[in-house]
Amino acid sequence: MLTVGLNHFLVISAVLFSLGIYGIVTRKNAVMVLMGIELVLNSANINFVAFSHYGNFGLNGQAIALFVIVLAAAEAAIALAIVLNVYKTFAEVNVDEIDHLKE
Amino acid sequence: MIGFPILSLITFLPILGMFLIMFMKKEQSKSIKYLTLGITALQIVLALVLLASYNYSAGGIYEEKSFQFIEKFKWINISGISWLGNIKIDYFMGIDGLSMPMVLLTALVSFVAALSSWNIEKSVKGYFALFLLLDAGMMGVFVSLDFFLFYIFWELMLLPMYFLIGIWGGPRKEYAAIKFFIYTLFGSVFILLVMIGLYFSATELMADGSRVHTFSMIALMNPANYSADGILSALNPDNLRLIAYIALFAGFAIKIPMFPFHTWLPDAHVEAPTPISVILAGVLLKMGTYGILRISYPIFPDITRDLMWYIALFGMVNIIYGALVALAQKDFKKLIAYSSVSHMGYVLLGMASLTTVGINGAIFQMFNHGTITAMLFLIVGVVYDRTHTRGLNDFGGLASQMPVYTGFVTVAFFAAIGLPSMSGFVSEALVFIGAFGVDSLRVLTIISTLGILLGAAYMLWTLQRIFFGPLNEKWASLKDLDAREYAMFIPLTIIIIFLGVYPSAMLNIMNSSVNSLVHFVTTTVSTTSLGGL
Amino acid sequence: MSESLLINISIVILFLPLLGFTTVIFFGKKIPKLYMFEVAVLGLTLLLSIIVAYVKLSIYDTKDIIAAFTWISMGNAPALGGINIELGFKIDNITVIMLFVVNLISFLVHVFSIEYMRGDKRYTRYFAYLGIFTFSMLGIVLTHNLLMMYIFWELVGLSSYLLIGFWYEKKSASDAAKKAFIVNRIGDIGMFLGILILFTQYHTFTFDAIYEQIAAGNIPFGSNAWLTAAGILIFMGAVGKSAQFPLHVWLPDAMEGPTPVSALIHAATMVAAGVYLAVRIFVMLTADAMLVIAVVGAVTALVAATIALTQNDIKKVLAYSTVSQLGYMVMSIGVGAYAFAFFHLVTHAFFKACLFLGSGSVIHSMHHEQDIRNMGGLKKKMPITYYTFLISSLAISGVPLFSGFLSKDGILAGTLVFGKLTGHWLIPIIGFAVAGLTAFYMFRLVIMTFHGEPRDHHKYDHAHESPFVMAAPLVVLAVLSVFIWYTPNPINPSAGWVIGDWIKTPAQVTPLETRYEFMKPSSEAAKAEVHGEVIHSVEYTETMHWAHYPAMFLSLFLAGLGILVAFLFYQWKKLNADKLAEKLQGLYKFSLNKWFLDELYDLTAIAGTLRFSSILAWFDNTIVDGIVNGSATVTRFTSRMSNWFDTYIVDGAVNFSAFLSGFVGLSFRRLQTGKVQTYIVFVVFAIIILLMFFKPF
Repeated sequence: MLTVGLNHFLVISAVLFSLGIYGIVTRKNAVMVLMGIELVLNSANINFVAFSHYGNFGLNGQAIALFVIVLAAAEAAIALAIVLNVYKTFAEVNVDEIDHLKE
Repeated sequence: MIGFPILSLITFLPILGMFLIMFMKKEQSKSIKYLTLGITALQIVLALVLLASYNYSAGGIYEEKSFQFIEKFKWINISGISWLGNIKIDYFMGIDGLSMPMVLLTALVSFVAALSSWNIEKSVKGYFALFLLLDAGMMGVFVSLDFFLFYIFWELMLLPMYFLIGIWGGPRKEYAAIKFFIYTLFGSVFILLVMIGLYFSATELMADGSRVHTFSMIALMNPANYSADGILSALNPDNLRLIAYIALFAGFAIKIPMFPFHTWLPDAHVEAPTPISVILAGVLLKMGTYGILRISYPIFPDITRDLMWYIALFGMVNIIYGALVALAQKDFKKLIAYSSVSHMGYVLLGMASLTTVGINGAIFQMFNHGTITAMLFLIVGVVYDRTHTRGLNDFGGLASQMPVYTGFVTVAFFAAIGLPSMSGFVSEALVFIGAFGVDSLRVLTIISTLGILLGAAYMLWTLQRIFFGPLNEKWASLKDLDAREYAMFIPLTIIIIFLGVYPSAMLNIMNSSVNSLVHFVTTTVSTTSLGGL
Repeated sequence: MSESLLINISIVILFLPLLGFTTVIFFGKKIPKLYMFEVAVLGLTLLLSIIVAYVKLSIYDTKDIIAAFTWISMGNAPALGGINIELGFKIDNITVIMLFVVNLISFLVHVFSIEYMRGDKRYTRYFAYLGIFTFSMLGIVLTHNLLMMYIFWELVGLSSYLLIGFWYEKKSASDAAKKAFIVNRIGDIGMFLGILILFTQYHTFTFDAIYEQIAAGNIPFGSNAWLTAAGILIFMGAVGKSAQFPLHVWLPDAMEGPTPVSALIHAATMVAAGVYLAVRIFVMLTADAMLVIAVVGAVTALVAATIALTQNDIKKVLAYSTVSQLGYMVMSIGVGAYAFAFFHLVTHAFFKACLFLGSGSVIHSMHHEQDIRNMGGLKKKMPITYYTFLISSLAISGVPLFSGFLSKDGILAGTLVFGKLTGHWLIPIIGFAVAGLTAFYMFRLVIMTFHGEPRDHHKYDHAHESPFVMAAPLVVLAVLSVFIWYTPNPINPSAGWVIGDWIKTPAQVTPLETRYEFMKPSSEAAKAEVHGEVIHSVEYTETMHWAHYPAMFLSLFLAGLGILVAFLFYQWKKLNADKLAEKLQGLYKFSLNKWFLDELYDLTAIAGTLRFSSILAWFDNTIVDGIVNGSATVTRFTSRMSNWFDTYIVDGAVNFSAFLSGFVGLSFRRLQTGKVQTYIVFVVFAIIILLMFFKPF
């Protein structure tokens, strides 16, 4: 009988993390980059919940996952606001073009 | 016995005044002057209050409970810093017969100096603010019983002095100010080193039974407080007490100033404005000898006993050398400066005797030199204000032109010569009596008596050159003293004559303390003796 | 009158002149008439001192009255025990006689000065100074201890300084004042050291307490040499104040002061203080100390007398005669003729004050002419001055019927005895020689001034007899120079009350082995007594009887000879003084220039000190301060070197490393794309590499 164990969760989480990183690195649109970040965060959430379930940590993992979700929401809001402002300033959401950090 | 913190008040009152002056407008120069005068007058009142409730029979010196008006608080207390252990510095003030005369002297001289500052015109605000800071520093030195606190006040005084000479001084003021500052700072370094050495060598027993390193002078005097491994502990066979003593002595000797460390004095005096010269000669020089009596003597009684002959030797050299060099001066102020060198020699000689009579004489001489030399510098100031010259040969016949002034000058000069019925005589006589009574110092004392003769020679010669002879026509329009100058001279004159006729008024204050100091220094066994040089 | 009242009156006598001084000095400017207050005060003290003297001499004839108080108390000093410094007053016969002498002369000088000083611009201040002088002098007289003696001793020095330099506009006057004070200080140092020796040993300054200890065999530092040293050192104070050789040089210069001052201070009282001191310490003088004193006195008497022969300033002659007479008194102490020393002090005070005031009278009427070569013939113009001057001159020359004969004869007899008993014959020889010289120069002075024809007619025409207030003191003093006040028998002073009853030589307290043979008591009983009358050896008394007539006749003969020679030279012109001077030019110059002592001191001590002091000043400025400034220069040089090192080496290293990192930075700059995504790639790969490398799992 194949039971769903910790490793399954970790694998899903790793896949999700990789997808997220891939999105962040390759997408040019800032909104897409944001979505990648969300994926990375959620992969971490899965890990938290999984460890919490299988490990001996009580409900700590779930609690932290909730915090992360809230933070992600806040972060998304701020990031979108930044993106909007960037768009206003540069009329552009392509992150490749916004390389002022170099100077 | 922490009652009303009168010692803190008398010390920090001038600092309060300084802040008040900072908030005043530049234009209110009259009110600034009156404020300063008021503060110093209040200091005199406080000093008299101290005197009124002073216990004449309390010894002080090495016994904390016989100090008076004690204020003792934990000030800096940091526990457990790695190998340093507990750092504990107390805010510890108190007075005994050694400091009481000096407190009185400081209050008096500051007041007189404030009066003589009346014709300062250049940036009045800054001048009087610094003046008051200086005042606080001086007072603090004399009332501190914690070495660290003492050192803070000792250094605090340097800063205002530097600016007061460097900004309000004469033509070579920068040179004189820097010389003064660096020279004294050079001495302070030695004091600091010894202070730190002592700190790590001794511990104090706390109320809870633990032993903590301490800066308290009184704890440092007790040989039982030293641990065997301290570098300045007599128990330690490799101790550095002799070197530490010499270093500490050098630090104080610069302030006295003792030959050959005296050359900053003539420069500083000549360049400083009159009131600052008055303070310099009247109070600052006493700090050196006070420090030796308060710190060097009781903390290192063994070395003191070994080196007393050398201290007396330097005293003799100061007396004779200062007087001879004074004889050759052509500048009035420089002459008085060298006479200070000579007169401070008597203090050294008296201290070296380690007898009650000699040390009483030395402390009394410190007080008397303070009043007499203050008066001498005021005298120079009066004539310099009017004529803008100090050359001894530029005058002549002023006695006819300024008879009252001449009267005061005669009193001051004869007081400096040590004429009986003036205070200087009593202290010099006591110094000689004390030193002559010690077999090993007899020859030095006999040579030192030549100082009396030389003193008369240079003082009377000066009197003659400035005041006698036909009137130099250049000065035919000089005015005699005005009311303010009367106010400076009269209190000093009264004190000089009063203490000459009734010296017990001052000697009784210090006598108990001197007796306990002599007792302590001559009998304390610091477990080992170094056996001379 | 009770004892305590007596001593209280004496203290009042002491402080009254001080009151006069303070009143006049503070209010004299506003109320110029106050000088009369000072004179009145002196009148009162004179009256009181006469009462005190009378009561003491008649009721408490043999009793000393003492009042003391603690001046400084130092509690119980470690190792030394209780230290208390006591001051106090003592009244014995000598004290009250001195009290009377000082007050009388001071009062007469006050009165004399009212006229003499009139018109001076510091008229009232002059009287104030006289007041402080009288105060100081009375302090010396009344004290019962050495410290107070020293205190008033110095105060006398101060008042003398003020009075000699009274006309300070003259350089010579201020020079003389300075010289007097400084020369006196030399003696005072010795006196002070002597006092220190005694105090160190006995912890007291009181005469009687010290003498009791010495009598009990407690010697300073356990050695007779120290006792001798103490005696000689204290005597040095007297050498200064009583103008003994070699410190006598200040007294003739002190004549720059107003003439009444010379009469008061430099003839009658202050200079007598030295003799008074010697009298006070007489009992503790060892034979060696006494010999030193005798020699000093004899040399002084001779030197001063030889100088007085040729001086032409009327006051200078009197000044040197004073020095010479003081030498007599000191010599008298040295040979053990204690009573005659003091007796001579008293008689000399009167006739010498009279001489000085007389010279003041002459100078006043001659409009401040002091050179006797410009005088002459004043006898007719100023009869009172002349006769009083003459009486005093007879007294000082030692002519019978006058006081000087009594005291001087006693001293000469004393020296003769001393010569016979100890073999020091030189001292009596000098004593007698000086007696002849004294008679000669005094009559030279009298003849040149008053006899013969006037030599300066202009001044002579203006001369006039002095007014009453100046003449009266002269008369009083001249009257006191007659024998009858001292003894009913004009040739035997011992028959009188002064020597017979009042002044008694006290017994020595020094250890027997240090005394002269003749000063050892003849019996054990006498030895035990400390403060009684001295019991000299029988031999001494016998020799004294032997010496009485020879000494008297010899001194009479010499005085007569001196007077005769003076008349031969100056009155009858049988001999020519100028020709003699020509013949003995070397000696004449030597005497006229005061043995060149002033020049000697100028060249050696004074110039030496000044030269040494300027060398030291140079040393101070150049070497001591040079080291300080040199170290500053060295420090500055070091700092400049460090600055160079800092700029080029240390800072160079820093700058090089900055350059290096800049270079490295530029090289790596290319990695910076400014794209966040690139960075993230780097980060991810870096983490992967790190994980692979460290293998944490």
